[in-house]
Amino acid sequence: MTSADRWLLPDGIDEVLPPEALQVERLRRRLLDRFDTWGYDLVIPPALEYLDSLLTGAGKDLDLRTFKVTDQLSGRLMGLSADTTSQVARIDAHSFARDGVSRLSYCRTVFHAQASSLLASRTPMQIGAELYGEAGQRADVEIISLMLDTLMTAELPALHLDLGHVGVFRALANKAGISKEQQVALFSLLKLKCTSDLDAWAEREVADPALIEAFKLLTRLQGDRQCLLDAIARLTELVPETANELQRLQQVAEQVSQRFPSIPLYFDLTELRGYDYHTGLVFAAYVPGYGDAIAQGGRYDDTGAVFGRARAATGFSADLKVLAQFATAANNHGTSVIAPASDDPQLWTVIQQLRAQGKRVLVQLNDDTVSADASLQFLDGQWQLVEA
Amino acid sequence: MTQPLTIALSKGRILDDTLPLLAEAGIHPAEDIHKSRKLIFDTNHEHIKLVVIRATDVPTYVEYGAADLGVAGKDVLMEYGSDNLCEPLDLNIATCRLMTAALKGAVMPHGRLKVATKFVNVAKRYFAEQGRQVDIIKLYGGMELAPIMGLADMIVDIVDTGSTLKANGLEALDLIAPVSSRLVAGRAAMKVKHAQIQPIIDQMAAAVARQRNNAQ
Repeated sequence: MTSADRWLLPDGIDEVLPPEALQVERLRRRLLDRFDTWGYDLVIPPALEYLDSLLTGAGKDLDLRTFKVTDQLSGRLMGLSADTTSQVARIDAHSFARDGVSRLSYCRTVFHAQASSLLASRTPMQIGAELYGEAGQRADVEIISLMLDTLMTAELPALHLDLGHVGVFRALANKAGISKEQQVALFSLLKLKCTSDLDAWAEREVADPALIEAFKLLTRLQGDRQCLLDAIARLTELVPETANELQRLQQVAEQVSQRFPSIPLYFDLTELRGYDYHTGLVFAAYVPGYGDAIAQGGRYDDTGAVFGRARAATGFSADLKVLAQFATAANNHGTSVIAPASDDPQLWTVIQQLRAQGKRVLVQLNDDTVSADASLQFLDGQWQLVEA
Repeated sequence: MTQPLTIALSKGRILDDTLPLLAEAGIHPAEDIHKSRKLIFDTNHEHIKLVVIRATDVPTYVEYGAADLGVAGKDVLMEYGSDNLCEPLDLNIATCRLMTAALKGAVMPHGRLKVATKFVNVAKRYFAEQGRQVDIIKLYGGMELAPIMGLADMIVDIVDTGSTLKANGLEALDLIAPVSSRLVAGRAAMKVKHAQIQPIIDQMAAAVARQRNNAQ
């Protein structure tokens, strides 16, 4: 074993050092306090639980992303939590089953056996909020607003909001009666957003001309609000089953842009991230300079059914470490003070008083020079603060 | 607000065929890319820059968001296989085929085939779809030599005219995928810089359509 083998961290696993660690921690406190002002209650789910609970209702991606160990007590497989959402859904459905609307928040490290993207850490600090028990658009608007408020609290510059609705695609797919295999092929084409390949697919695989037209439109209708209006006008005519979904999308978009007029909106009806478990409106926030969504979420109604209680659900999450990286909020220590090594009880009292005022007092341990904004000196028979 | 926009290209056939399309979208490099050893070029637009990198690196730059747009062959993109890249436009240039090939008349052994290729992921996926488990041998070039020297039973490679295969006594067998160059965009760039990217896509699409009509 070489020395490098002893200090090297595994790929995608990072540690946060000063001064960034303090920035991350301060941001965590600020955001959790913010969630509290919105009425969201903090929960701390376990880092480790039975795989059956972690992966219930989740897609294959989450399964592959989950580290697994055998529980020596029960012989059952356990997983290190890779996504807090399913755990919070379990909490809402079973452990903390409140009637009516339930608002829950969390912030903790999750573990990824495979990084979720090229840019992602394998130990992201997932921070998020979930809203249960309300299927209406008010809940969608609240959770999107909370996500944007969170990102603005973190002082992220130049935010962009991306809105979509998996129900639109689902309505087309149902009407076309496409099989699971066809869906896999279609998904990869939609992800690529290649209009010519998609046109060819639709003409090959779909019989109904109105549906062919609708599939072709789906990839072209992405962009600003005008695109959404076009989508409503043309898609609802071709496939009336999409009307409710598109109307919901438009209403939510209107309310959100009223609240956050400075944030540009982008509509993308082919955004099928998390299609396995999302059931309605999906959304994500982007900032320039980061190749992935900086926060994302969506509706996942009825995930709780497997835990005994089907509930309307929507929520969002982000990696706190990534937020901290882009946060522009100033993050300075309080005034630092250096105190000499002395057994004088008077000095100890003064130091503790300064600390109570939020000053950062370092006691000199040896002759090393320590830089500080001020120092404590014994002048005129008492300990006095002298600016450096 | 005009945000800076970076377009990643690679030297060779793709660059030759892409520059006219970019020109149709009103983007001209400030100097002759072919004659320069520089890797980054200004254009007639102050906010648009071109970077010239290896073809296989284009998807990496675009996925990380280091470049917003790029041009890469479908072969490279299939091998790269990312969820975070969009291919909004088939440029219909640098067309060829990704194929399997073997020595002319060679009898394939029973059991596992040995397949030499630089398209490891594509080959693995293709043979799995065919219901065959194969051993993949990663090579970086000169695939045709592998069957001749007994290193592999089959190769997976780009076939243009087929003359290199022929000259080495090989024949193309099955088509894995037709290949052409694609305009690629980062998922995030598509959303954040949509107002700048979409007109470029639209103008290049119109140019591609014109070229196709002229060819017919």
